[in-house]
Amino acid sequence: MLWTGIQRLFTILAVLWGAATLTFVALKLIPGDPVSILSGGANVVDDAFRAQLTHEFGLDQPLWLQYLHYLGHALIGNFGQSYQYREPVIAVIFSALKQTLVLAVGALVLALALAVLNALATAGRWRYLRTFFTGLELCLLSTPVYWLGIILLSLFSFKMHWFPVMGNEGWQSLVLPIITLSLPLAAILSQILRDGLEEALSQPFALTVRTRGAGETRLRLRHGLRHATLAASTLTGTMLANVLSGSILTETVFGRAGIGKITLQAIASRDMPLVLGIVMLSALLFVIINLVVDAAYLLIDPRLRKRSS
Amino acid sequence: MSSNPLLVRTHPPVSRRGGNPWLLPKTLIPAAFVLLLIVTVIAPQWFTPLKPDDMDMDAVLSAPTLRHLFGTDSLGRDVFSRVIYGSALSLSIGLGATLIACVGGMALGLLSALAPRALRRVLVRLLDILLAFPELLLALLVIAVLGRGPTNTLIAVGLAGIASYARLLRSQVLQVKLSGYVEHSVALGESPLRIIFRHILPNTLRPLLILATLGIGQSVLTASSLSFLGLGVVPPTAEWGALLADGRDYLDVAPWISLLPATVVALSVIALTLLGRRLQTILAKGA
Amino acid sequence: MTLNSHAPSALLVVEDLQVDFLQPQGTVAAVKNISFQVNPGEIVALVGESGSGKSVTARTLVGLAGESARVTARSLSLTCHDGTRKDLLKQEAADWQKLRGREIGFVLQDALVSLDPLRTIGREVAEPMLIHKRHPRGEIPSRVEALLHQVGIPDPQNRMQQYPHELSGGLRQRALIASALAAGPQLLIADEPTTALDVTVQQRILDIFRQLAQAGHGVLLITHDLAVVAQVADRIVVMQQGEGVESGPAAQVLASPAHPYTRRLLAAIPGADTRGRWLAGESPLPDVPLTAQENDNQRRRNPFVSALDVRNVSVDFSLPNGVKHNAVNHVSLQLAWGETLGLVGESGSGKTTLGKVVLALQKAQHGEVWLAGNPWSRLREAERRPVRGRIQTITQDPLGSFDPQYTVEQIIQQPLKLRGKLSSSALRARTLELVNLVGLNVDLLKRRPQALSGGQRQRVSIAQALASNPEILVCDEPVSALDVTTQAQVLDLLIALQRKLGLAMLFISHDLGVVQHMSHRIAVMKAGQIVETGSTEEILGSPKHPYTQTLLASVIAA
Repeated sequence: MLWTGIQRLFTILAVLWGAATLTFVALKLIPGDPVSILSGGANVVDDAFRAQLTHEFGLDQPLWLQYLHYLGHALIGNFGQSYQYREPVIAVIFSALKQTLVLAVGALVLALALAVLNALATAGRWRYLRTFFTGLELCLLSTPVYWLGIILLSLFSFKMHWFPVMGNEGWQSLVLPIITLSLPLAAILSQILRDGLEEALSQPFALTVRTRGAGETRLRLRHGLRHATLAASTLTGTMLANVLSGSILTETVFGRAGIGKITLQAIASRDMPLVLGIVMLSALLFVIINLVVDAAYLLIDPRLRKRSS
Repeated sequence: MSSNPLLVRTHPPVSRRGGNPWLLPKTLIPAAFVLLLIVTVIAPQWFTPLKPDDMDMDAVLSAPTLRHLFGTDSLGRDVFSRVIYGSALSLSIGLGATLIACVGGMALGLLSALAPRALRRVLVRLLDILLAFPELLLALLVIAVLGRGPTNTLIAVGLAGIASYARLLRSQVLQVKLSGYVEHSVALGESPLRIIFRHILPNTLRPLLILATLGIGQSVLTASSLSFLGLGVVPPTAEWGALLADGRDYLDVAPWISLLPATVVALSVIALTLLGRRLQTILAKGA
Repeated sequence: MTLNSHAPSALLVVEDLQVDFLQPQGTVAAVKNISFQVNPGEIVALVGESGSGKSVTARTLVGLAGESARVTARSLSLTCHDGTRKDLLKQEAADWQKLRGREIGFVLQDALVSLDPLRTIGREVAEPMLIHKRHPRGEIPSRVEALLHQVGIPDPQNRMQQYPHELSGGLRQRALIASALAAGPQLLIADEPTTALDVTVQQRILDIFRQLAQAGHGVLLITHDLAVVAQVADRIVVMQQGEGVESGPAAQVLASPAHPYTRRLLAAIPGADTRGRWLAGESPLPDVPLTAQENDNQRRRNPFVSALDVRNVSVDFSLPNGVKHNAVNHVSLQLAWGETLGLVGESGSGKTTLGKVVLALQKAQHGEVWLAGNPWSRLREAERRPVRGRIQTITQDPLGSFDPQYTVEQIIQQPLKLRGKLSSSALRARTLELVNLVGLNVDLLKRRPQALSGGQRQRVSIAQALASNPEILVCDEPVSALDVTTQAQVLDLLIALQRKLGLAMLFISHDLGVVQHMSHRIAVMKAGQIVETGSTEEILGSPKHPYTQTLLASVIAA
């Protein structure tokens, strides 16, 4: 058990290190004047000022030393200052993160609820209903997230004025974005849950349960769902990735403040410290989520635990 | 797992009906649509007499009419023509990006499955790291380095997709490598090279190629998302995502500028995906 | 609900049962006509090969034949605890749920997949009690414990908290039986309950069924294994292609079968007494004589050198949790030219691993293998590859050794294409020669093996193995997955081929009867070691090692 714990830790560090290296490499690859890049694109002509900035950014040191410094700073969470906001990158990210988290968590919860209901209801029965939902899921996955957002916006905001068009105030402004973000997530989850459920229902043990006199509901809820959850937990990486990218798009459509907005602005204005901070953030998030999922996996599937006999 | 939702299901659905699968409506309809799209790419002028950049200042923000099937935008340009010409760009970016992702993924995947142990470990870690990022974010990163524009968008989406294909190919190769028939081929006396080229590659590439057809749809989506965010193809060039971005500011007065192109995007991706899935099912049964 | 002229105590009455499946391509008649009866206190065995409809019959009796099934019968009735007779043709879904588990218990094969792997044994056994609300909640744990004890599981209190994968195969199966009995049914239906188990374990499971019958339960045992039947059945019903062809008291049916199919079935069972005769009745190759006379003139090679010489081989595996497992422990044996050495052992004995070492597909940590007097295992693969044609293999699952894309023709030609350029006419000629040799229909060449039957696939596998003119054939459980009659044909083919081509065979199997029939000499393997070797007559007549004696005791001469 201890050994796997150490291996896990090692993997986390490897991923984080890899992300940091990746961003460092990306930074060095950007064509153009490095001083200008790090100060947000300004054209620094004054030599004295340039020398000062060069020293400040550590550009006068050998490359490997810069790399180590970068790693060291990253370790303690210091990504430098965002040029646009003139604040530490960490601070900028965290304040935006709060907004996005509300949206993301809300969407995930809704997606989960929808997916579970859908899978339970349609797995293995009622051919037409199932085909309908499968088709709906396919549509949801194939349409751009922003299209959904736009449709919902024009319908519910512009035409019917139920919800505000833009902005962050109050729960009303959250409804449409959460729905928009949750639908594609629900689509993926439904597919995998349903596949997992149907797979479980066709196993021999399902037959055994039926021979005991169990009804379909009992079979699905008490037996099938666990197996389906196992199948779905391999998906968490995908889910997280989609939540992140979906948030960026949804926030843009609905004009909300959050990680999405600052990411775009950061890239558009070449605010590299901020961009890099965001990249590291998503790596960290991924790693944490994976840890949680692995632990959950152990809880659900006893075959993975150490033999006690 | 990949962050590409369309590539997540690697098991094709099981079909029960009889009849020639190539001729069923559920194969023919998406195939016909895809064919239509291909024609649009090759010969856009067949579909519309107007040019995408022609401005008609008398008909600004006008609703759909017979002359302007999708209406006009804020600069009087015919939205329909922009969609048609934009399809060429969007689809080629999607195709090109998928090619890059496939080829890169194949190389990385094969190496990480067949290389000597030390190299393998490193590559698998590398894959894990790459997969930690959503494709969109990776693409954004590449754009940040390279800048905007259609070629860069293609490269960005392509590079971002490599990890997914690599991971898929790697698990396929491992599955084949550990399978009974590879060991049996050794017992028959076949050389390693022969085994790789006659058994491993054909049995792994086929599923990969089928998945790539699904992937084209996703690449188109990612590319258009980039353009929508203003970081892919920039106006005035006609590209699907860019068109939607254009229209976002006019949603309350002229929703058709965004809605209709978006519908075309959606239908195209659906058609591509459906076709890919049908291929999966048909070829799985024959195998 | 009709009361007919059967003994009033009959638990289950089946008369002229017919089950059809409505498919889009047409109607399939899975069960055409079967009649039998199960009384309390007796074990009725329903015997048949694959496609006989026995499993469909079993599932129909609990209403689980499937949605597309159409069930008709002159009578299909069950006597319940309250004395009433329920007409099983008229039960609705809700009625079935009351019957299943409470009036009829069902046991499937292989508890590893027939029990929910994510739930503890205790919860699985308790489920029928909860469904049928038989006992107050508080009593359930103690009742589960009592049940586990009844089926012979030691330390039931701890075992209850464990998961199926943590128990051995035998204990798992007992738990499965316990869960079928939990709601107290009087009728028990068991579908191949011992198939996934080792021979020695099978004995003990069958004992449980015997005890249950003695306690007053009625047991319907579905099986293809006549050895099982001979041990416990009171009555036998034989099914062939959906029809009941013979039924009667077990002793009578086994000793003097009336129907030709039953006779064929019994004649096809390999054992010590079938040595020297064709199991399927006649020689599969016309030019190989019907006599028991051996063909010694095939020994054109150096008789002083063995075909295979295994010298003190040991194989270790390191398991994922770091522990070392000793799969093969200092094994030595020799295979002479033209003879069959039978390697018999249960699962986990290391016999498959040894087979792989002989084929040089597995490295041995210690010891060597010599082939025809030359080094074999110590060669580098590049040196060994050209010689591999001398030793080939067939396995239990031929489909697993074929490239999924290949047709039968491509499979057979796979070895032919390695030996330098053959002209296409020479290739074709040799392919036809091989196809005729193994008794395959030429039309099958363009088909895929997935579309072939088990017996046909094994013939393709043999044809492929013979393509390079081997002198030694390693057969690893080649007939374990086949029906008795198909098995008989394949075994006959192997013997005929040996006589015609002078093959030396290493025949690996867990089935002592098959090994006795096929082998000139036998080696018994247990836990990685050879415990006894000798000629077949010696092993049969005077087995020395206790393990050999146990194995022999579990093989019944039919």
